[in-house]
Amino acid sequence: MRGNRNLWLGGCLTLIFAGAALISFLWVPYDTTVLDIANKIKGPSGAHPLGTDHFGRDILSMIMVGARTSIAVALVAVGIGMGLGVPLGLTAAAKKGSFLDELIMRGNDLVFAFPSLLIAIMITAVFGASALNAIIAIGIFNIPVFARLTRSGALSLWTRDYVMAARVAGKGAARISAEHILPNVTNLLIVQGTIQFSLGILAEAGLSYVGLGAQPPTASWGRMLADSQTMISFAPHMALFPGLAILLTVLGLNLMGDGLRDLFDPKLRRAR
Amino acid sequence: MSLLSIENLSLSIHGAPILRDVSMQIAPGRILGVIGESGSGKSMTAFATMQLLPEGSLCRGRIVLNGQEVLELSEAALCRMRGRDVGMVFQEPMTALNPIRSIGDQVAETILIHEKVSRSEAMERAAEALRRAELPQDRFPLSRYPFELSGGQRQRVVIAMAIALRPKLLIADEPTTALDVTTQAQILDLLKRLVAEDGMGLMLISHDLAVVADLADDIAIMRKGEVVESGPADTLFRTMQHPYSKALLAASAHAPDRDGAPQDVPLLQVQDVVRDYTVHMRGWWGKTTTFHAVKGVSFDIRKGESLGLVGESGCGKSTLTRAILGLEEVQGGSILLDGQPVFTGHHANRDIRRRMQVVFQDPYGSFNPRWKVGRLIAEPYHLLDHPPTGQQKAHAIAEALESVGLNAGDQHKYIHEFSGGQRQRIAIARALIIKPELIILDEAVSALDVSVRAQVLDLLADLGDRFGLTYLFISHDLSVVRNVTDRVLVMKAGEIVEQGATKAVFDDPQHDYTKQLIKAAPVLPAEVV
Amino acid sequence: MLRYFLKRLLSLALSLIVASWVIFLALEVVPGDPAAYMLGINAQEDTLAALRDQLGLNGSVVERYFAWAGGMLHGDFGISYTYRTPVAEMIGERLWISLPLALYALVLSTLIAFPAGIWAASKRGSAADLTVMGVTQLGVAIPNFWFAMLMVLVFAINLRWFSAGGFVGWDAGVPAALKSLTLPAVALALPQASILARVMRSSLLDTLSEDYIRTARAKGLSRGQALWRHALRNALIPVLTIIGLQFSFLLAGAIIIENVFFLPGLGRLVFQSISARDLIVVESVVMLLVFAVIVVNFAVDMAYAVVDPRLRRRR
Repeated sequence: MRGNRNLWLGGCLTLIFAGAALISFLWVPYDTTVLDIANKIKGPSGAHPLGTDHFGRDILSMIMVGARTSIAVALVAVGIGMGLGVPLGLTAAAKKGSFLDELIMRGNDLVFAFPSLLIAIMITAVFGASALNAIIAIGIFNIPVFARLTRSGALSLWTRDYVMAARVAGKGAARISAEHILPNVTNLLIVQGTIQFSLGILAEAGLSYVGLGAQPPTASWGRMLADSQTMISFAPHMALFPGLAILLTVLGLNLMGDGLRDLFDPKLRRAR
Repeated sequence: MSLLSIENLSLSIHGAPILRDVSMQIAPGRILGVIGESGSGKSMTAFATMQLLPEGSLCRGRIVLNGQEVLELSEAALCRMRGRDVGMVFQEPMTALNPIRSIGDQVAETILIHEKVSRSEAMERAAEALRRAELPQDRFPLSRYPFELSGGQRQRVVIAMAIALRPKLLIADEPTTALDVTTQAQILDLLKRLVAEDGMGLMLISHDLAVVADLADDIAIMRKGEVVESGPADTLFRTMQHPYSKALLAASAHAPDRDGAPQDVPLLQVQDVVRDYTVHMRGWWGKTTTFHAVKGVSFDIRKGESLGLVGESGCGKSTLTRAILGLEEVQGGSILLDGQPVFTGHHANRDIRRRMQVVFQDPYGSFNPRWKVGRLIAEPYHLLDHPPTGQQKAHAIAEALESVGLNAGDQHKYIHEFSGGQRQRIAIARALIIKPELIILDEAVSALDVSVRAQVLDLLADLGDRFGLTYLFISHDLSVVRNVTDRVLVMKAGEIVEQGATKAVFDDPQHDYTKQLIKAAPVLPAEVV
Repeated sequence: MLRYFLKRLLSLALSLIVASWVIFLALEVVPGDPAAYMLGINAQEDTLAALRDQLGLNGSVVERYFAWAGGMLHGDFGISYTYRTPVAEMIGERLWISLPLALYALVLSTLIAFPAGIWAASKRGSAADLTVMGVTQLGVAIPNFWFAMLMVLVFAINLRWFSAGGFVGWDAGVPAALKSLTLPAVALALPQASILARVMRSSLLDTLSEDYIRTARAKGLSRGQALWRHALRNALIPVLTIIGLQFSFLLAGAIIIENVFFLPGLGRLVFQSISARDLIVVESVVMLLVFAVIVVNFAVDMAYAVVDPRLRRRR
């Protein structure tokens, strides 16, 4: 029951923000590239449900457009992490104990010593700030996360008799990884994927906030918060709504992850 | 005057009935054997006595232990009772001990919890309890950790914990199921001795009729949460009335009928096979030592023969199996099937491999849960150069399923829809589909309940006759090997110490180890079989 | 134990060396000519040459690496191009804000998370458990810098309990200094405490379902005794892993949070250096932070050995 409730609530929240991002391509209440100084720093009203910022831009529209940046960055970063991490993890598990396994795992440890913020700092110092930096920095950090998860999941599967049966049927390590191992770690990967997605959204907001991520005029929740900071004493709505957007999106993804885990994990399912 | 008296105990967990009207008695110094297959409720009866039940459990009836109404005791009173009045030993010694606390510490805890004594005195008494469990201090100091002990030794630590305060009742839940035969015999002897010394009552729970028959004074047979039959051990087997008890007894001693004598042509020839492992002490760059898993083993299997391979865990039988199947290259000797090598030029010989298949022990881990049965069964087709497709393939799958007593329609189901016994049938169907000559049965019936095991053994005998199959039957269970094989090999520490016709080896073992194994194996009373 | 220690020490040294290669490659080799990069496109040839000379850019890549790494070994991080002062001095001053901040947050996070996690696990399914799970679910989702802004709004601007930013300095006394780090530390700690409490809870629940807990109960231990004496230490092993990982998040978080509170720590320094294209400072700060993360992971490995006898005895 609880698993389903998490899944529903999380799924709805996620859909709302993903939907807002998609709708923003077709329609937004106000054009976010047009400044309207006459209406700057207005609280919520009928015309502007979430108020306006210091350039008179509509905050609801900014949040809708900003959702695109957040979701795109986090999604691509998860894609990078899975795309590289999963094959590495599968390889390491298939060649357990070999030099290759050791190399992959030590490489993972090394990347873990570089939090994505440090990677972003290095990239920005050399190439300048952009949303692409955020994607690369978060994506690189995701690689060892997925590689480790895949490896540990795969290792326990390699001891199963059905893998032995496949070997008796003459199948090689690559084919077994593809046919028997990967399908059985997919659930783990989906759950971790939603968690990394939500962490990616938090990380993107943090990087944009300190100016290492998306640059103006690209709308971004982190940038909106950075802009609002000096005005927080007289325009708290400018800080409140983008922050809530981040909070609710991340909450939605985390709830969805929990719900999926309950759904997939037969141990928990039986207990329910 | 009985020590433990369970009267009309009923138990439900979250409303689902688990036990119904269970009654049994244990007198001081007596051993009650509780027998049943999985799901019979035998362990739950033990946990109800300890009141260590899962959440949502509801007990009705009476449990009287040493004059106390257990079901009416408060949680605090129950804590005082557990460990002091009644001790418990569990099935899985590998996980029953806290991995990060020393054994002395864990045994002394039983004493410290119940009595106001100094730590040093508790440690002294812990040493005494361990000594009584045959873990003397000079070889097993209190500072040992569980990971430094073998399974049998860990079980002794658990026993020492349970008897440290000389409780009046000891409950042993499948105490030897996870152990090798010789270790099992030692642990059972130990329990018997402790019962005699302390005048303790013992509830011995087991799925193995022979284990209980050897030891118990009284026996209760359980099925689906009920006691179907009970009585004194020496008369019960003869006076048994309930059809289930009779069926259980028959299945335990079941010997399938086999026709067809083996031909005098060798199918598999194993010559001086050596398999060494390089063990990395610390990662791939660390120091290495060589572990000799198989040390020059030779034997033949004749066409149509059923050959048994017995040995305890770690004796090298799994390594040998992998070598025969061509999964690992050997360092010395040769393995020939019908005169052709299994391994040629560092590669497994596909032509040979398709003539052998294997059935594993674990009916739950043998199948990819995401595949349908049809695809699972057809997996060995990968060994063929031109595997059948379409209609032909569907037909072959249906045929394989039907030959093991399942329906052709089952190929569209997932594996979780089948019971343990059915899954083992599916595993056999998978082995049969490419029409192999040799089938290796790697503990293939060990995980099954006795009644299911008897059915699967019958099926194997029947298939062997129908398709002229040759079996290599690997098992730790001597009674099964005795009933289904023509010849037997006894393996110990990588070597074959004795081989010969099954009947001859069992009736007149030559090697000391074989004698020890046969002596240790629990047997049903002669008049029953 | 000694063997385990030496093995981890070796792996620590290897990680540091490889990490220094990565940082050196990224910040000194990838940009091509760092001098030209730092001065921009309008630089004069003679100023460029002077800077190259000052930065020691005239040798080969290998020579430059050894000069840089060797300098660091005895505390010489080079001279900042923009500030014209030794980088070691600049970092030294600012480290005394960032490092205490991260440690303060780590302590707070642990102090909050342990009791919360243990409490929730011991009362599984109760209202207390549901409350802890609900609150931590929110805590995990809150961006820490936004939470910091909200706290400034409430506790500094409205209630005036704390100052809205800035650091009084350690000269003002430890209590005053800690007070000015309190809001940032709380902002950093609460989201991390939420994660840690959830890990603590699930790890404890896992160990509570182990066979040896049943053995302990059969000896006569109550539920609570079994939890404290047997489950807790076993449950610590995954929790330690998370604490180790968290330290790197806290250091990174500290850099971001410094922006909210205008704290003159490493974060401000590194962002100013990025805009001033002062690669030397960026390189040193990144190396220092990576060093801190690797050393903390080493400490976590040592803590494993304290908790788990299997690591002490084997090998």
